[in-house]
Amino acid sequence: MAIGPDQKAAFIAFNRFSFGARGGAYAGDLARAASDPRGFLKAELMQPAIAHLDTPGLPQTKTALATLFAFQEQRRREREAMADAKTSANAPPAAPSQRPSMSEAQPSPPSPSASSPASPPATLATPPAATAEAQPKPPEQPPPQKLFRAEAMARFQRAVQAPVGFVERLVHFWSNHFCISAAKGGFVRACAGSFEREAIRPHVLGRFADMLKAVESHPAMLFYLDNAQSFGPHSPAGQRRQRGLNENLAREILELHTLGVNGGYTQADVTALARIITGWTFAGREGRIGEPGTFVFFPLAHEPGDHTVLGKTYRDGGMEQGQAVLADLARHPATAQHIATKLARHFVADVPPNGLIDRLATVFRDTDGDLKALAVALIDWDDAWSAPLAKMRTPEEFLLASMRAVDRVPEEPGPILGPLYTMGMPLWQPPGPNGWPDTEAVWASPEGMKLRLDVAAAIAGRAKDLINPSELLDTVAGEAASAETRQAIARAESRQQGLALLLMSPEFQRR
Amino acid sequence: MSLICCEAPSLSRRQLLAAGGTLFGWAFLPRFAQAAGGRDPRVVVIILRGALDGLSAVGPVGDPTYAALHGKIALSLSGEHPALPLDSFFALNPAMPVFARLYREGRAAVVHATATSYRERSHFDGQDVLESGHAGPGFVQSGWLNRAIEALPRGERIAAKGGLAVGASTPLIIRGPAPVLGWAPHALPTATDDLAARVLDLYAHRDPVLQAALGKGLETEKIATREGMSGEMARPRGGMDSAAGMRRAAEGAVKLIAADEGPRVAALAFDGWDTHANEGGATGRLAQLLGGLDGAFETFETGMGPHWKDTAIVAITEFGRTARVNGTTGTDHGTGTVAFLAGGAIKGGRVIADWPGLKDEQLHERRDLKPTTDLRAVLKGILNEQLGLSVATLADKVFPGSGGVKPLLGLIA
Repeated sequence: MAIGPDQKAAFIAFNRFSFGARGGAYAGDLARAASDPRGFLKAELMQPAIAHLDTPGLPQTKTALATLFAFQEQRRREREAMADAKTSANAPPAAPSQRPSMSEAQPSPPSPSASSPASPPATLATPPAATAEAQPKPPEQPPPQKLFRAEAMARFQRAVQAPVGFVERLVHFWSNHFCISAAKGGFVRACAGSFEREAIRPHVLGRFADMLKAVESHPAMLFYLDNAQSFGPHSPAGQRRQRGLNENLAREILELHTLGVNGGYTQADVTALARIITGWTFAGREGRIGEPGTFVFFPLAHEPGDHTVLGKTYRDGGMEQGQAVLADLARHPATAQHIATKLARHFVADVPPNGLIDRLATVFRDTDGDLKALAVALIDWDDAWSAPLAKMRTPEEFLLASMRAVDRVPEEPGPILGPLYTMGMPLWQPPGPNGWPDTEAVWASPEGMKLRLDVAAAIAGRAKDLINPSELLDTVAGEAASAETRQAIARAESRQQGLALLLMSPEFQRR
Repeated sequence: MSLICCEAPSLSRRQLLAAGGTLFGWAFLPRFAQAAGGRDPRVVVIILRGALDGLSAVGPVGDPTYAALHGKIALSLSGEHPALPLDSFFALNPAMPVFARLYREGRAAVVHATATSYRERSHFDGQDVLESGHAGPGFVQSGWLNRAIEALPRGERIAAKGGLAVGASTPLIIRGPAPVLGWAPHALPTATDDLAARVLDLYAHRDPVLQAALGKGLETEKIATREGMSGEMARPRGGMDSAAGMRRAAEGAVKLIAADEGPRVAALAFDGWDTHANEGGATGRLAQLLGGLDGAFETFETGMGPHWKDTAIVAITEFGRTARVNGTTGTDHGTGTVAFLAGGAIKGGRVIADWPGLKDEQLHERRDLKPTTDLRAVLKGILNEQLGLSVATLADKVFPGSGGVKPLLGLIA
């Protein structure tokens, strides 16, 4: 292959900043980036609407939720009909197996029908042409699950196909920073994908303040962190229903989304913010307070009065009271520091260099949270191009990088959802609101590495026989490949084994 | 956790994978009436990936040079694990008692000092040649076994039923225009021990953190398996380089090709034969693998039932290994090796070999067993007599450009 002037820098561009170089029909990524790796990355940032994902057929949140509401209603009627039949006709009790396995209300750690570890991964190990037709027809999936899978596939396809991929890495970073979890139930499951497309993607190269506002007013987040249930104790609705505050979202806004755990806020600040964002909710199925499935500021639930956050008093008001707090939090120095640290940790090292954190924090403050400027600052930080690639790819990054390398665009989400679940990183389902961890200690675990080995063997087993792993190593690592890796692959006893070795090599596991 | 739905092969569940890009469904297949008393032949090809050491599988114990040349891993008729004599000259690795019995019963044969036309020593290219049926590397669109099915007359029973690929991927040998079904024992099979060892070795040189993690993970799994723990933690390691994995693959193949409406031609691939170090002889790594192959033969014999008499199995590898043992009690990539033939349809009880000798000047490039039988002659003989493919078709379509290689006849009873 053509050796550019700086192939190692091109390797860094694709590994530190993207999901790895592509193989097969798209081989040549390294050569394309080599003449000007920094310019290569920056050019992607300048493409209009590059972060948007408007796959036809993917619904807006309100449409997704309407589908969910209709499904829930239908299920409710079925249950009632069953109960009626039981009491009136003295019928024998329905066998438990007749009940649908995934209740909407119940948080769903991925059951076979949820994250589908049972059927789709089979395609990992079976000839590619066969996938759709080969499997016994799975039972019809509930509509929220169908939505989830369609959204998952759109996300996977975008990452596998992106010619550069830095913007997609940024999308994944911000989506994890402002994570929601489908484990909360069908509601989040139904709109996890539209949340990312509506609240994260439009702002990934925009302003942090805008992303913050979009996230905290999205039904998915309001449901996930319980703000939809939070009532001002002195609000008319709170009084009437004898309901009060839920601090969950307010706390996470301060602790996770903006200032950081050591950002200098107190419990009083948490409570005050919780009061301020009472009334931030969404309209339910009946549409009593607005169009079903859309964000609504519901004044009757809003706590009246002035409230003080971080020493500043926000005058009694409606939704603008909360918007003002979010705007101030977005430009708080602690937020700049917090975001800079997380970004540096994600892209450079588990223990990021102070120089980089300082630089990113400065850019964040100077540009009022311009996230494109922040991305450019990351590219422009010289050490990003010389520091060792010491980060561990997460299971999702590993899988997506593998698909790129073997040039396989997923035609259904199962072959990625299944292994992701197996490797402990089910999509849009992190263990808590702090998202997936971002360190070697977590992902390079004994069990995790063993599972990666099995997954690598399965991917290699399914790859086209045509792949020559030594050539693919040139394609995805070029001069950055170590002599040891090159030799191990050359000595493999079969192409498949060579490919599995490539996928397990430090050059491929690290980024 | 098993990630696949098809642990037990069954035809009713339509686990049919079209490997050649063409969907092929049982439901649409015409059922052929069994010709009364007519043969209903089966052909099974087992690929031994990694290059089998033919001299440790079937030892030329009568060759005076053998013992010294093959060193510690040479087979011997004496000692604690004596080899199983096949004739006055050759003896079988004692890890293969089933094959030895079949041999005595006239249902198994060995071809020795055989090789494809490939004379370099790359696994990848060697396997391409072995499987593509072309004279040299670079042809990876279709395999000879697929083209053999394709070359049968339209509507002919075997052609209509297509081929079967057992394993996670469809081996090149059976890829191509003819319809092929796929079946795998696991969706997410455990990686082979050999791959694990190679990755660990790479990490030892390049990434001690990953080495420690992976090493511990594998160790934990071994303990879990040993302790009989159930569930996800204790998925038995049983890749295609283990006796358990080989037997499972054979069981799946048997169920499908023994079925009346099942395919008649199957390809399997067993891994792990690349024995560069600590190969072992009558016992050890290679013996374990040969034991696995032996177990697969047994599975076919018992599972095929009444169809065993019409079954021909051939186990082949991309090339052999060095005649001399190397510095790590193993062998490096070589040339001539063995092919195993077994099945009720085989006219066995013999070792077919034009023995080249093992003296320095008799070796290929003074290092490898010299091939004296073109493996294609063996394969063409089986296809000719078992499936009825004409010599011309074999020379043009199945093994292109092999007109000079005459089919070895008389392999089928």
